[in-house]
Amino acid sequence: MNYYQPEIECASQEQIRAWQDERLVAQVKHVYENVPYYRNLMQEKGLTPDDIKGREDLHKLPFLTKNDLREAYPYGLLAVPTSECVRIQSTSGTTGKRVVAFYTQEDVNLWEDCCARAITAVGGTKEDVCQVAYGYGLFTGGPGLNGGSHKVGCLTLPMSSGNTERQIQFMRDLHATILCCTPSYAAYIGETVKEMGLTPEDLDLKAGIFGAEPWTEEMRRDIEKSLGLKAYDIYGLTETSGPGVSFECTEQKGMHINEDHFIAEIIDPETGEVLPDGEKGELVFTSITKKAFPLLRYRTRDICVLDRTPCACGRTHVRMSKPMGRSDDMLIIRGVNVFPSQIETVLLEKGYSPNYQILVDRVKNTDTLDINVELNPDQFSDTVKEISAREAALANDIKTVLGINPKIHLVAPKTITRSEGKAVRVIDKRKLHD
Amino acid sequence: MSLKQISVFLENKKGQLAEVSALLGGNNINLHALSIADTQDFGILRLIAENPEAVAAVIKDAGYICTLTDVIAVSVPHTPGSLAHIVQILSEGGVDIEYTYAFAAADDDRAYMVFRVSDNMTAAALLGGEGLKTLSEKDLFVK
Ligand SMILES: [Zn+2]
Repeated sequence: MNYYQPEIECASQEQIRAWQDERLVAQVKHVYENVPYYRNLMQEKGLTPDDIKGREDLHKLPFLTKNDLREAYPYGLLAVPTSECVRIQSTSGTTGKRVVAFYTQEDVNLWEDCCARAITAVGGTKEDVCQVAYGYGLFTGGPGLNGGSHKVGCLTLPMSSGNTERQIQFMRDLHATILCCTPSYAAYIGETVKEMGLTPEDLDLKAGIFGAEPWTEEMRRDIEKSLGLKAYDIYGLTETSGPGVSFECTEQKGMHINEDHFIAEIIDPETGEVLPDGEKGELVFTSITKKAFPLLRYRTRDICVLDRTPCACGRTHVRMSKPMGRSDDMLIIRGVNVFPSQIETVLLEKGYSPNYQILVDRVKNTDTLDINVELNPDQFSDTVKEISAREAALANDIKTVLGINPKIHLVAPKTITRSEGKAVRVIDKRKLHD
Repeated sequence: MSLKQISVFLENKKGQLAEVSALLGGNNINLHALSIADTQDFGILRLIAENPEAVAAVIKDAGYICTLTDVIAVSVPHTPGSLAHIVQILSEGGVDIEYTYAFAAADDDRAYMVFRVSDNMTAAALLGGEGLKTLSEKDLFVK
């Protein structure tokens, strides 16, 4: 088993907790003294750094949201003078203003360590040839994995994304063994390999590190097949540094969060209350080592579950599930949090079309959940019994995932209303009654 | 001898049956039998018509889900208890009946029953053994 920093990655729970306590206390003090924006938020709650004595006090601190980042743009959350900063990275900023994050030299160093852990965890060593096909530039993907690859000592191919045939040519000529890019680009490279008349046997890839966008288990299997590698997930946000906040090990059972740098919490997105490990809720990160742009209790909007059970790889850091949805999309039905993406996953797994519509209503003070699903021609039967059995089986599969029983309605293909080409996924009629 | 039934998936929405009927009429398709099974949600329209493959193609082209299903059709004598007799023959022979419906041919006064069963071959043999002939397309459509 390979680790980049074994003494950290396999440290005892007590040791991790001790690091977190100590670093959190220092970080809160650093932020309070240097970030007036956050100091105001703390003062509004009557808090001073003395109130935070360790992790157990973390829940007292105010949250930061994307909205705060917009308000404080560009320097409002910067905690060191710009003379101490060596780099910025930025989000694409498709909604509202872009996020600009600052790094000191040490921040870059620690971020690259996180990426190096991810590369080592999928079997990367100095013998490997690592092709980085994430975009380079403001986007964190390219620079993060590039730095991690250098730290591991891989021969690094800084390809950036695009020019796919050239990517594949380099991949073959230089015998690349590790590929880092977005999952959708990996899938595209896989298709191009096939179009060029090549097979996975013509490549030397053994592992891929794919992140920065949501992807399904089905995509994982397709990519693994088309490129002949094992596909691993990596997670991160520009707000928290970039990729490498958490990463998958060879077990492929969730992503280990680098807890010596980040404290993860799961909260109820409605109430903000912290939930116990194992419960599904919104992921909140506190950066405890970053100096330039140290966000405390940053709400990611990503919905996941934390798993503290021991991992067979030997790493002791908590694992997070792949994000199951965005808290913005969350519906509360009969008191249960429901994400459209959970329903979509079941539909795809069971061979249904991803065209569906969720109808939520309230009848006699009870929420109802109806799901219209388009029937595929090959799923049709001439007997009522078989179609009803299909509806019941699908309802049961969805109930297993959501915890509440939906009513499934199979409908004819192409009948679900689309507006401007995009299907309207959720109709919540309860809002009309309230 | 079995027949091809045209089976169509319908949503249980107002006007769907009228739409399909208009489609068939507009394409000059003459129906010999029509039956609908429906639930609160959906319906299955079952049709017997000449040249079922072509009819199914017309329906599919209009965007409906449609398949051809093998069924058997029997001419039922006008005697009391004859339907019960057929059902008994099939069930005693171990053939399950999924559904059945009746129709009358336009040019004679005979009644026909369509059966969707678990095993067409066995059903035809059982009925044949009792002197009941199962019909082919030729029997129905070529006079
Ligand atoms: Zn592990």
